[in-house]
Amino acid sequence: MDESSDAVENMPPRRSALYIALRTAAILLAFTLVFTALMASAYYLTAPRVAASAEAEKLRLLAVVLAPTFYDNDLLNDAITLPPTSALDTGENTRLYRARKNGQPVALVFEAIATDGYSGKIGLLLAVSSTGQLLALRVTQHKETPGLGDYIDPKKDRNKVRPWITQFSNIGFDSVPPEQWHVKKDGGHFDQMAGATISARAVTNASGRALAWVNKNHDKLFALPANSLYQE
Amino acid sequence: MSAFNDITKNGFWKQNPLLVQLLGLCPLLAISTSLVNAVSLGLATILVMLLANFAVASLRALIPYEIRIPVFVLIIAALVTVVDLSFNAFLHDLYLVLGIFIPLIVTNCIVLARVEAFAAKNGLAAATLDGVMMGVGFLWVIALIGGLRELIGQGTLFSGIEMIFPALSGIQVLPLDYPGFLIMMLPPGAFFTLGLLIAGRNWSEARANQRRLNQLKQAEHPGDKPAENMPPFTA
Repeated sequence: MDESSDAVENMPPRRSALYIALRTAAILLAFTLVFTALMASAYYLTAPRVAASAEAEKLRLLAVVLAPTFYDNDLLNDAITLPPTSALDTGENTRLYRARKNGQPVALVFEAIATDGYSGKIGLLLAVSSTGQLLALRVTQHKETPGLGDYIDPKKDRNKVRPWITQFSNIGFDSVPPEQWHVKKDGGHFDQMAGATISARAVTNASGRALAWVNKNHDKLFALPANSLYQE
Repeated sequence: MSAFNDITKNGFWKQNPLLVQLLGLCPLLAISTSLVNAVSLGLATILVMLLANFAVASLRALIPYEIRIPVFVLIIAALVTVVDLSFNAFLHDLYLVLGIFIPLIVTNCIVLARVEAFAAKNGLAAATLDGVMMGVGFLWVIALIGGLRELIGQGTLFSGIEMIFPALSGIQVLPLDYPGFLIMMLPPGAFFTLGLLIAGRNWSEARANQRRLNQLKQAEHPGDKPAENMPPFTA
């Protein structure tokens, strides 16, 4: 009995809840300030290098579909903004790059989306020449089943000599008419892997739609001033 | 020195984060589809755990007990952000491979668990070592699972290594016409593999315990034969 009353007397005076709340919040705020400052300075120090890497990465990706020897203009700055376009299934603004050599239109590089993949959207990057040929096609992002449908990405394709996606290099409607621009399973021209048709069908059909759209609008796309917004 | 020995053993085996504590299952499911992915995430995890344990152990005198959890979360999230940005700026090639995994480390509860259970109560050197060793324990298990899933799932090892070392390329271990085993590549494959590894670890522990028990009995009654009523473990 005595001991416990001693203990109560020796305890520091009880603070009000408000005092405790304010004091704790101040400590938490101090930590937040210090660590936010840490993140902000890391961001500040790395931002120029991150931007430079992102630019280099974009050029590297563009170079995969369009060799730098094809053009002599500043590709990244000779670009226009495309609003969401139903033929490309893009749900947001995308960039369309215009390659020229000696001032003459050479090719267009742009993005398209295949919405009917096996799981989620498949992002595509296409280069189409001014003669209407699909120069190259690459998958930029996808969530197709690993080991099954992911052969649409040449990095995952087990055929390293002639990956599936290279069927779409240097090919146009002059050699494969639009009604043939399907996978073989749908009576078309392009191969698919047995058991994983859905991913291939989605990429094939989306590339056909994108090629038709860009061929129809080619002159208009090249006529716009750089960095302007395209309107259909 | 023996305390440091214990820390090393705990991280590596006795308190292994994946096999015993069963922490960090979210990144395990997502990333252990190939050996290269798994090792990459494991290395990034070691770095973050080292930094987090070091930071918390050095600041622990300043952190009130009642609000330690929000402060820990803040510290870990800030460190992961800094690591993410630094990788992006200074190790860009590696970032292209690891980039998507680094933010995932925030979801790895092993980081918060070690900060809370160890770094908040121990000295700087011990806490830093604990962070590294728990990270190493995470690394070797996720690497083993990644390797097994890749081998059984698609018959290769080290696929994707050309993204880190362009001179190297993956190895086709099983014949090229190996059809693959899809479920190993999907999340259930990670659960199956982890379950088998845990069973294997428990079995070997039980065996070691049984042997120790038998030795004790032998010491007490030197004349007796080893206990007959206990079914002997056979390999």
